[in-house]
Amino acid sequence: MSQTHYRAGPDANGLFGSFGGRYVAETLMPLVLDLAREYEAAKADPAFLEELAYFQRDYIGRPNPLYFAERLTEHCGGAKIYFKREELNHTGAHKVNNCIGQVLLARRMGKKRLIAETGAGMHGVATATVAARFGIPCVIYMGATDIERQQANVFRMKLLGAEIVPVTAGTGTLKDAMNEALRDWVTNVEDTFYLIGTVAGPHPYPAMVRDFQSIIGKETRAQMQEKEGRVPDSLVACVGGGSNAMGLFHEFLDDANVDIIGVEAGGHGVDTDKHAASLNGGVPGVLHGNRTYLLQDDDGQITDAHSISAGLDYPGIGPEHAFLHEVKRVEYVSITDDQALDAFHATCRLEGIIPALETAHALAEAIRRAPSLPKDHLMVVCLSGRGDKDMQTVMNHMAAQEKQA
Amino acid sequence: MSRLEQRFADLKAEGRAALVTFVTAGDPGYEASLAILKGLPEAGADVIELGMPFTDPMADGVAIQLATLRALEAGQNLAKTLQMVREFRTGNQTTPIVLMGYYNPIHRFGVERFVADAKDAGVDGLIIVDLPPEHDEELATPAQAAGIDFIRLTTPTTDDARLPRVLQRSSGFVYYVSVAGVTGAGSATNEHVEQAIARLRRHTELPISVGFGIRTPEQAAAIARLADGVVVGSALVDKIAQAKDAGQAVDDVLSLCSALAKGVRNARG
Repeated sequence: MSQTHYRAGPDANGLFGSFGGRYVAETLMPLVLDLAREYEAAKADPAFLEELAYFQRDYIGRPNPLYFAERLTEHCGGAKIYFKREELNHTGAHKVNNCIGQVLLARRMGKKRLIAETGAGMHGVATATVAARFGIPCVIYMGATDIERQQANVFRMKLLGAEIVPVTAGTGTLKDAMNEALRDWVTNVEDTFYLIGTVAGPHPYPAMVRDFQSIIGKETRAQMQEKEGRVPDSLVACVGGGSNAMGLFHEFLDDANVDIIGVEAGGHGVDTDKHAASLNGGVPGVLHGNRTYLLQDDDGQITDAHSISAGLDYPGIGPEHAFLHEVKRVEYVSITDDQALDAFHATCRLEGIIPALETAHALAEAIRRAPSLPKDHLMVVCLSGRGDKDMQTVMNHMAAQEKQA
Repeated sequence: MSRLEQRFADLKAEGRAALVTFVTAGDPGYEASLAILKGLPEAGADVIELGMPFTDPMADGVAIQLATLRALEAGQNLAKTLQMVREFRTGNQTTPIVLMGYYNPIHRFGVERFVADAKDAGVDGLIIVDLPPEHDEELATPAQAAGIDFIRLTTPTTDDARLPRVLQRSSGFVYYVSVAGVTGAGSATNEHVEQAIARLRRHTELPISVGFGIRTPEQAAAIARLADGVVVGSALVDKIAQAKDAGQAVDDVLSLCSALAKGVRNARG
């Protein structure tokens, strides 16, 4: 096996092994092909890269720190835990890394209107933010259920001037918002840029979003080199669609000694019908433009995902993760709602950091894993987002628990 | 000659366009849906498109989304859809049936098994919305090898550079999606349709059917003057949504079909 094996994808057809591709309606095919060409050109254009670097530095606030989580490390009593502080980015999550890249591409392509889907609202906020910064009108599709549980982010998007369209179809979550965004795109083909928020969708989105997010891993490598003089021993990140995880992982895929762990949302447990663990509880299929692992029934109907975190509440996963799962380069585990909440509270109390509920899944896995690892084991957890948006959810959950007790 | 080729050849000889009707299999329930299916040829449908329900119909507007949900709630699945075609074929050997839908249920069912069962049931063609020619090897190639036509959608965004690729492996007929958008949305002007058909004619000798946004006998007649086939879907499906019960759903779909058929048959008269 060649040394660059895992980082080589996708091929010209957008495939990572047998995953990915371009499974879209013919109306969208010319647009998707055009986007791939434009992205290839932009990626090779020094002026584009220079402008991207400028906004990453002066607008997002990169590089963000690689922080030694000393008290959490003491608490676990094993591996040395570092946080890659993506929650310190402008808008409070990793999502903006991708949005800045795509909005620069949209402007370069002369697009006059942005659309996006959002689950937890972090991608919606990041999209609304760059739309405001570049003066491009934007429409955000968001499931009605998610609007209900992410009020703060809905208000933020409105402040930023975005139009929010509630989606009531299906379960009113991320999957349905994505269907509706695709319906908008197929209708407004002339002037609209679809700013997908994760490493999913038709090619080139999975590769393009990964590229824009891969700065997470690149900075981590340099920062760990500076602090510890070597590469980390393990990486842990949560996976819904999987963009923060791909952003951290991609840089290290061909470093054979780095253990890489993706954490899916186990909801009430992957042995129940209430979870969002596509790899651990799904089978391959085709949805939203790509072949990947999906939660589905025997008839190929997509089943509802469940997670306490709206951002992980999606019945699929990025195709590159499906590939990395099949070739066993990355280990995918799952964490339940309750485990995530415990880790959420622990991180608040021990580190003075309120993490997003999505991120809390990665933290829970780190806390589970760290105690049995040696003290010189260097573990990096992607602190993908901050938890301000989740106050209501956590409050409701705590109130429900008190009632039960 | 396939059933689709035969039907379009016969209608060409008659000097009129085909009425192509779309309904979702299992909407509002299996029995009523089968009654609609069996009644459509007599009500004037020349080709029947039968929707295979899928939870996430990304290219469909509200009418067909709701039809899909009604069918799924009534327990429809791919095996039942094939069974429905089988039952239809016991009484009708001439009206072509084209299954239309999304790839995932077929992917889950297993392509090889699906192609064999569909052929055996009497399916004549497939329209799979999210399988562009870039993924031909997955289903189009095995389906055509088994004698099932694979019908391509062409759209206002399919430019001259791309058209040959889209048409290359098309068979049965070509479906022109006359507006960029979802099913049931706005309709194109006759000028647009006329120009689009002229453009397609330069690239293919297959019959060309036009769909999206055609709801009334008048609109159907206007398109029938320009194209080889007129596709009506959402308007029929809406009749099911509006019906008080299954019996009324069957009656209303078939009477709209009759009215549309009259429009199509008198169009060039």
